[in-house]
Amino acid sequence: MRRGKLWAWIVFALGTLYFLLPLIATVQFSLSIRRDAITLDAYTNVIQSPVFQQTFGYSIIIAVAAIVVGLLLVVPAAYFVRLRAPQLRPIIEFVTLLPLIIPPIILVFGYIRMYNSSSVLPLTNTSVGTNVLLTLAYVALALPYMYRAVDTGLRTIDVQTLTEAANILGANTLTILLRVIFPNIIVAVLSGAFLTLAIVIGEFTIASLLNRPAFGVYMQNVGANRAFEPAALAVISFVITWGAMGMIQLLARFAPRTAALTD
Amino acid sequence: MSNNTDSVVTNIAAPASAGVALSRGPFAAFRGMRWGDYLGVAPFLLFAVLFLIVPTLYLVLGAFIGRDGAFTLQNIVDLGTPQILNSFWISLRVSAASALLGCIFGLLIALAIIRGKLPSAIRSTVMTFSGVASNFAGIPLAFAFLSTLGRLGLVTAFLKLYFGFDIYRAGFNLLSFWGLTLTYCYFQIPLMILIIAPAIDGLRKEWNEAAATLGASPFQFWRYIGMPVLWPNLLGTLSLLFANAFGAIATAYALTGSSLNIVPILLYAQIRGDVLNNPGLGAALALGMIVITAVANVVYLVIRTRAERWLK
Repeated sequence: MRRGKLWAWIVFALGTLYFLLPLIATVQFSLSIRRDAITLDAYTNVIQSPVFQQTFGYSIIIAVAAIVVGLLLVVPAAYFVRLRAPQLRPIIEFVTLLPLIIPPIILVFGYIRMYNSSSVLPLTNTSVGTNVLLTLAYVALALPYMYRAVDTGLRTIDVQTLTEAANILGANTLTILLRVIFPNIIVAVLSGAFLTLAIVIGEFTIASLLNRPAFGVYMQNVGANRAFEPAALAVISFVITWGAMGMIQLLARFAPRTAALTD
Repeated sequence: MSNNTDSVVTNIAAPASAGVALSRGPFAAFRGMRWGDYLGVAPFLLFAVLFLIVPTLYLVLGAFIGRDGAFTLQNIVDLGTPQILNSFWISLRVSAASALLGCIFGLLIALAIIRGKLPSAIRSTVMTFSGVASNFAGIPLAFAFLSTLGRLGLVTAFLKLYFGFDIYRAGFNLLSFWGLTLTYCYFQIPLMILIIAPAIDGLRKEWNEAAATLGASPFQFWRYIGMPVLWPNLLGTLSLLFANAFGAIATAYALTGSSLNIVPILLYAQIRGDVLNNPGLGAALALGMIVITAVANVVYLVIRTRAERWLK
């Protein structure tokens, strides 16, 4: 038994080394922009740069738009599948697997071919159209995570009883979705939202090929031209990812654990 | 058609009539509601068709269309140039190596935290960290590894200063096959841990005890019980990790620019500026990627459903 413990500690220590060293190195690198001192100059350079502010703001807006559109698509679909159309479940689950199977670069290549200036729906002609296309691409990227989060949320509440009760009280389906179902799965919805944010905030491939001024494209640019600022950017985006994931963990504690369950 | 947001609202509002139908008896209500159900799901499916399925199929079909607009297999044949074959070869090697290493070390770490009797706080920390690290791919990951193992990186400098060992003189280069593989492991290992942990949890204590009662050594337990049960999971996850690495581009692009010619980077350059001087060839390249990632994913899905037999 003691031997078993020893090997486990060794594996754990090696793993810790591999996973922590790059983080420590990045932090150390980001602080050593000046030869003689440890400073936060790399961070100030980055944060004060107007391009950083613009691209970061842009990516946040696109991420929020993707979250809203994603919820509008996923919540009704997951609700109806769970409530009354379980025969559609295999189809919907297949669809939610697709973004994991199709690499983002393939997806955006398809978009560029299909929605270019000579197509029926020339979305890439205008910058608004391209922003819409980018948003929808991010909806697609986040679809598996969003659907799973919402579906898990729906599993913890009694959709059937809530719907019937609201129906008897005279609510229509829109009211039920907005004022009964949605508030009950808000924790799950928020985890889906944070996960989406973590996935799309620094996304590079799609934004770059659609020529959008996104945060990921800016990071790549900085990486190609600067030495210490990229490390600062890596720390910033790690903090964002960590923050989003931390929020999900925190939210999980507030999630309703028990409900009048039917399954 | 194009305005998805609007159609969602109208479609949700539509089944309002279903509430009226309810008063007309169970059957009428069911039929009335079914209409609404499909309308609620319709925007989702429309989105899937327009922004997932059709663009991909369009690309696949494009691979079989020549410059003159007629059906051709020439694009597929043209994939046989040394540049393209070489990029597929590098991609396959990097994906296979990072998947294999990710699988082995992910399994070891998962076994250590679950079966190694480490404190439970370590287990939950590792699982949370894995959730974060498996999403920490892309550009920032490349920056992190450049700060660690780049020419001026912390570990590089440390080894040179204290041990007089110059890893770059010894032949290591972060912007190479091994450098990229090592970097990919940073998201491959955590993904493996996340996927395999539930399977290891499924190995019941009773099996251990039963085997021990019958006189099995720990080695025999793993050789004849543990591994055979985990085996399908391992193979399935291996192919998932493979697909995961094969489709990845941002990390490699930020790390090596276009110096390491993997398939997604070649495709990226092709979309940007038609470097292969043939649009149909770009589609063929995409088709090659789709086929490889799709096969790997299907293998994963098929094996996973089989693997669930023992682990319930």
